Amino acid sequence: MPDSPLRVLLVDDEAPARRRLRDLLDDCATALPITIVGEAQHGREALDLLQSAQADLVLTDIHMPDMDGIELARHLLKLSHPPVVIFTTAFHEHAVQAFEVNAIDYLMKPVRVQRLLGALQKVPRLKPVTIERLSQLPSTARRFLSVTERSRVVLVPLDDIVYLKAELKYITIRTALREYLLEESLTKLETEFGMRFVRVHRNCLVARDFIRGFERRVNDDGDSHWEVLLNGVPESLPVSRRQQFVVRDVGRETAA
Amino acid sequence: MQSIIRQNGHKPALPDFRNVGTILRILIAVNAGAMLYALAREPSPGRLFAEWTAATAAVEPYLFLVLATLWATSPRLARMPLRTAESTVVLITVIAGIVAFQTNRLFLPVVQGSVLLWLVWGVIACILLLAYFELRTRALSPAIVEARLQALQARIRPHFLFNSINAVLSLVRSDASRAEIALQDMADLFRVLMRDNRDLAPLGDELELCRQYLELEQLRLGDRLTVDWNLKSMPADALVPPLVLQPLLENAVYHGIEPSSEPGTVSVNVFLSRGEVHAILKNPYRAEGGRHHSGNKMALGNVRERLALHFDAEASLTSRVTKEGYEVHIRIPYRTAGPDASSDRRQNDAAPVPERARRNANGASRRVPSADMNALVPNPNHA
Repeated sequence: MPDSPLRVLLVDDEAPARRRLRDLLDDCATALPITIVGEAQHGREALDLLQSAQADLVLTDIHMPDMDGIELARHLLKLSHPPVVIFTTAFHEHAVQAFEVNAIDYLMKPVRVQRLLGALQKVPRLKPVTIERLSQLPSTARRFLSVTERSRVVLVPLDDIVYLKAELKYITIRTALREYLLEESLTKLETEFGMRFVRVHRNCLVARDFIRGFERRVNDDGDSHWEVLLNGVPESLPVSRRQQFVVRDVGRETAA
Repeated sequence: MQSIIRQNGHKPALPDFRNVGTILRILIAVNAGAMLYALAREPSPGRLFAEWTAATAAVEPYLFLVLATLWATSPRLARMPLRTAESTVVLITVIAGIVAFQTNRLFLPVVQGSVLLWLVWGVIACILLLAYFELRTRALSPAIVEARLQALQARIRPHFLFNSINAVLSLVRSDASRAEIALQDMADLFRVLMRDNRDLAPLGDELELCRQYLELEQLRLGDRLTVDWNLKSMPADALVPPLVLQPLLENAVYHGIEPSSEPGTVSVNVFLSRGEVHAILKNPYRAEGGRHHSGNKMALGNVRERLALHFDAEASLTSRVTKEGYEVHIRIPYRTAGPDASSDRRQNDAAPVPERARRNANGASRRVPSADMNALVPNPNHA
């Protein structure tokens, strides 16, 4: 381990910022063997790269289009060998406080070579940060949910999700094309994504944008209940008695 | 006197009698006064309207005569000391009062009261209005200071400063001369940001500042940012509040370009039309989460407030979302420094003319035509 070079992935949406880090890593190379395994412009590209390449360290900017650094760090934890993440940031007062509190490593841009070298030397001893600490960071809601399939991380864009259904240990993510299995809590997802989903049943969140309408069903013993009809998928989902007010509230919105 | 409030110092001054806002305030006040007069004479609602009509019919020619005289003499009045100017305004009211009274007697069969009473009313109204405008100026002067401070806070996000420094650092080793230009642009930009910005400045300077700002952004964002300049019919000598466009362009980049990895275009269209300067800024609209919007509102509100302080109702700022994207439209009355430009304004504006010499060969950004093109001296360091 001490002899093998440190494998680093650079993530920043600004080309000059990546070039600057590259220059600084070159400067550090005399003190510490380093290889740069790749550069990415945003989180999604970084995840793509890491499907094939291995990295010990990801140096990532926070504020990026498509997928920001904090969301990237969360998805990275799904990899079989999650790399250590160090954030680089130009100015994020609140974020910096949160980093301090949660003992998450960060570097202020412009980065000094001594600071960078210090951070690099710590990497072999660092463990990837936990989901709990990452979720303390002020970030916008995730744009993707990530699931692990055959040791690959698959990103499911939030915009594609029709509904989320809790079943035993897992949550089923349903998109128009297929289903995925996710290990998270439905309540936490409901809090994180707020208005995007509406709870129609104790075990089910439905994306508002996919709701086509509601239909009253009467079963054999004369009991009746509401079903929510969805765009993109053939099946309909039952609305529980406790959540019946949803039929009225959402129905009014879709009518308006 | 280019703005309704005198820019230098905090001495109260006469209002600009050529400003629509000032005229509107006088018209409303006098007609409201006529209404009060009618109410005092005839409180019954049935006759009130007739009484008011009669009162305004008698007053209006007088009022217009005074306003027309003030319009004509406004530049001269502005140069007098305040008390002399105010006395002159009262004198104008008296003379116009005598003229209007005589004319009214010719055309209106029922003119009540004597010429003396008529003049007393006119002078009272005149003094009350002068007092009102003086109070208003006193009240607004600290507001200008306040607006300047607000402007300082709302302008230039720290995020931009540190990212730009970082971008320049990345150039130092590979392209030292481009790093030099970038640092010079930054110096000019921050010189303007940190100076006293209460005085109006030429539009050409503002556009030059915008160009320098966007060059710096382009350094960071590369191909993601394209700027489409359309300044062919821009009046470079028009006087505008400093930093009226730059914060809006900063918004355009922050909200329209940075949130996406797709390339986008910011377009700047400035032109003169019927005595008004129009600036239309467009950027792609990204329907992002609520995170960005409060910042945007703050910058728009800040610019709108400063426009109101300088031009009252004659300037406006509107924004809308169109098919092509987000659009901000600014309308400012076309004023120039003219031959009698106050000398102290020039002194405040003594910041060196930004270096326009070498530009990178970026086809999208064109050199900004400016009022002082003779300042285009190539920098000897790069020659």
